[in-house]
Amino acid sequence: MNEVILIKNGELALKGLNRRTFENILMKNMRYRLSDLGKFTFTPAQSTIKIEGDASADLEQAVDRLTRVFGIAGFSRALKLDKDFSLVLEHSGAYLKEQLLQADTFKVNARRSDKRFPLNSPQICEQLGEKLLEEFPHLSVDVHNPDVIVNVEVRDNDIFVHANQIKGAGGMPVGSAGKAALMVSGGIDSPVAGWMMAKRGLELCAVHFASPPYTSERAEQKVHDLLKKVARYSGRISLFVVPFTEIQERIRDNCSEDLFTIIMRRLMVKCAQQIARREGCGALITGESLGQVASQTMGAMACTEDAADMLVFRPLIGMDKGEIIEIANKIETFDISILPFEDCCTVFTPKHPRTRPKLPDVIAEEQKLTCDELIARAVEQTRNIIIS
Amino acid sequence: MEAYFDNSATTCPCPEAAAAAAEAFTQYYGNPSSLHAVGTAAQRRLEAARETAARLLRCESDEILFTGSGTLSNNAAVFGAAYALRRRGNRVVTTAVEHPSVAQAMNRLEREGFEVVRLPVDHFGRVNRMDLQQAINAKTVLVSMMWVNNEVGSIMPVEAIRSCVRRSGAPALIHVDAVQAFGKLPLRPASFGIDLLSASAHKINGPKGAGLLYVRKGVKLSPYIVGGGQEGRGIYSGTQPMPSILGFDGAMRALPDLRMQLEQTAQLRDYFVAGALTIPDVVINSGADSLPYITNLSVMGHPAQTMLNYLSERGIYVSGGSACSKGHRSPVLTAMGLDPARIDSALRISFSRFTTKEEVDYLLNGLASGAAALKKKL
Repeated sequence: MNEVILIKNGELALKGLNRRTFENILMKNMRYRLSDLGKFTFTPAQSTIKIEGDASADLEQAVDRLTRVFGIAGFSRALKLDKDFSLVLEHSGAYLKEQLLQADTFKVNARRSDKRFPLNSPQICEQLGEKLLEEFPHLSVDVHNPDVIVNVEVRDNDIFVHANQIKGAGGMPVGSAGKAALMVSGGIDSPVAGWMMAKRGLELCAVHFASPPYTSERAEQKVHDLLKKVARYSGRISLFVVPFTEIQERIRDNCSEDLFTIIMRRLMVKCAQQIARREGCGALITGESLGQVASQTMGAMACTEDAADMLVFRPLIGMDKGEIIEIANKIETFDISILPFEDCCTVFTPKHPRTRPKLPDVIAEEQKLTCDELIARAVEQTRNIIIS
Repeated sequence: MEAYFDNSATTCPCPEAAAAAAEAFTQYYGNPSSLHAVGTAAQRRLEAARETAARLLRCESDEILFTGSGTLSNNAAVFGAAYALRRRGNRVVTTAVEHPSVAQAMNRLEREGFEVVRLPVDHFGRVNRMDLQQAINAKTVLVSMMWVNNEVGSIMPVEAIRSCVRRSGAPALIHVDAVQAFGKLPLRPASFGIDLLSASAHKINGPKGAGLLYVRKGVKLSPYIVGGGQEGRGIYSGTQPMPSILGFDGAMRALPDLRMQLEQTAQLRDYFVAGALTIPDVVINSGADSLPYITNLSVMGHPAQTMLNYLSERGIYVSGGSACSKGHRSPVLTAMGLDPARIDSALRISFSRFTTKEEVDYLLNGLASGAAALKKKL
């Protein structure tokens, strides 16, 4: 018995002439993700990619990994048979036994892309249906709303038999939209923001600010752990840890207290931008959500935005905390996010931050610092860690 | 230089403990319950360890049960006593500053219908005897009080519990969590009328993975962990973790004369406190009568985690008295009525009997330079 995985690449099928490019990126991503599970071959045909593993390949684990690969709408584990219909009649029942035993109703769906095949689709349905009813007397046929749909695909070289499709992660293959830099503190929001943009095809790198001794090694470890979870979807992430102590101490000593957070965020953006450019990123990604905290009011965000001369994606901007947490739970980052370690955003938090800062005030305050020099030094001392 | 001041969290095992634990891996690998020669050898060695503990507590060796940790001892004692006496009353008396392994057990008893009275503490974390007497009524089935508080080192009036119980005519059993006191203060549970007493190996330079529970002869507990009933004739179950228990034995045997050691540690503590008080913004949260091994202090204006990181970078290891900025504040320091700023800056400095004056000087130096170099919170 030869089992394969058939990938339906959903949205990609709509991409006219670029389809091959997208498909190639998807195949490269899948290959990378399955590389330690055995030897797999990938064959694209029509809107499907067929994955075949050799004897050593761990199909079970491969299926689990594929649920987290973006660019896949759905996929099926399928039985691959030679083009002899008697084989279909002989093996389908045994292959689908588990699913059929749990079902009450079923139907057979046939697709015949090889029109030279002796049986046409209705004949395939009729004959296989009859055979399955014989093998599983408890079943009845329901063509409108069956518990199990048994699919028979007659292709150029093989016949595939499979039942209910497994839902894929959707979205676009990571890398197909380019690369962007995720600003990650360790909270609930940024990993979700990164996941959302990876879903739309962005390859991620990440920028984290560490302020030892005000922040601890555990806080940075937490960021590694969070990104590891995101990387299960996005593939490897190159993390840049920027030493931020000096900048924060300077802001604290020289600038007005109520503008501390805003100025800090502007400098974070400026640092992140330099790294992003160097890494070939086309945008920054942040986990900001309108009105969530004082630094995420419209006025405050406008002041932060002003520091950027690069596109900034804020995928969470219109989401409620509850909706963000729902995704964080789904991608398993929530429980890590809530570990209580002081991060760079909570060091020196002012008691009463300004919620409607005026940009000229902010810039005037900021000019008390030797920003360019501070940023250059921080960026130069940045450490790089690969998370996969 | 490195200096470790987190000995109330755990200690570095002493060579005697490591050597004894190694014997469990090589010589005494048998299951003490097995009847053949290998099992019997392990059984004999286990009983020798039990006798060591009995000598320290001035009790009989069949009053000593080995468990897997201080937490397991506390759980087995609290639940075991409360369930055993359930029909004779439903009041349980404890303190507001217990270790989580007692405090959480109490919370569960409360959910199960017990009336739990948590005694308040004063500014230095001490329970008042009058409060204790008033809390115990004729329906009280358990009084559980720590001997020494793990965060501030306050010493509780455990010697007074028996007379309070007697006066109220309660059927109560008395449990004392002595994890921070064992091997530091000379403990004689029998002379105080204590029924149950918990201790742990890894706080006295033994390995992790072994605790002990003293169960006074004649006391019936309802087993909280069930299984083969290996310890205390059914009170506690699980194949005895021989490497940890033998390591515990080694650590107990290596203990010096406790009174002399206490005296020396008190001198070192006084030296440390005097030095700490010369640093601006340092306040001491522990009382002068607390166990000299534990000193809780706050460097005002500096979050505990920041100072902890600063010291850690210099090879000085202390504990944050309270968790963190976002997490909950220490229930112990809160119960002591300290203000939030003081709690957020609280550090616990805990000595072992191996702590030296040089290490204390190094710590004082680190605290002083940290207080000067770090920027205060806004």
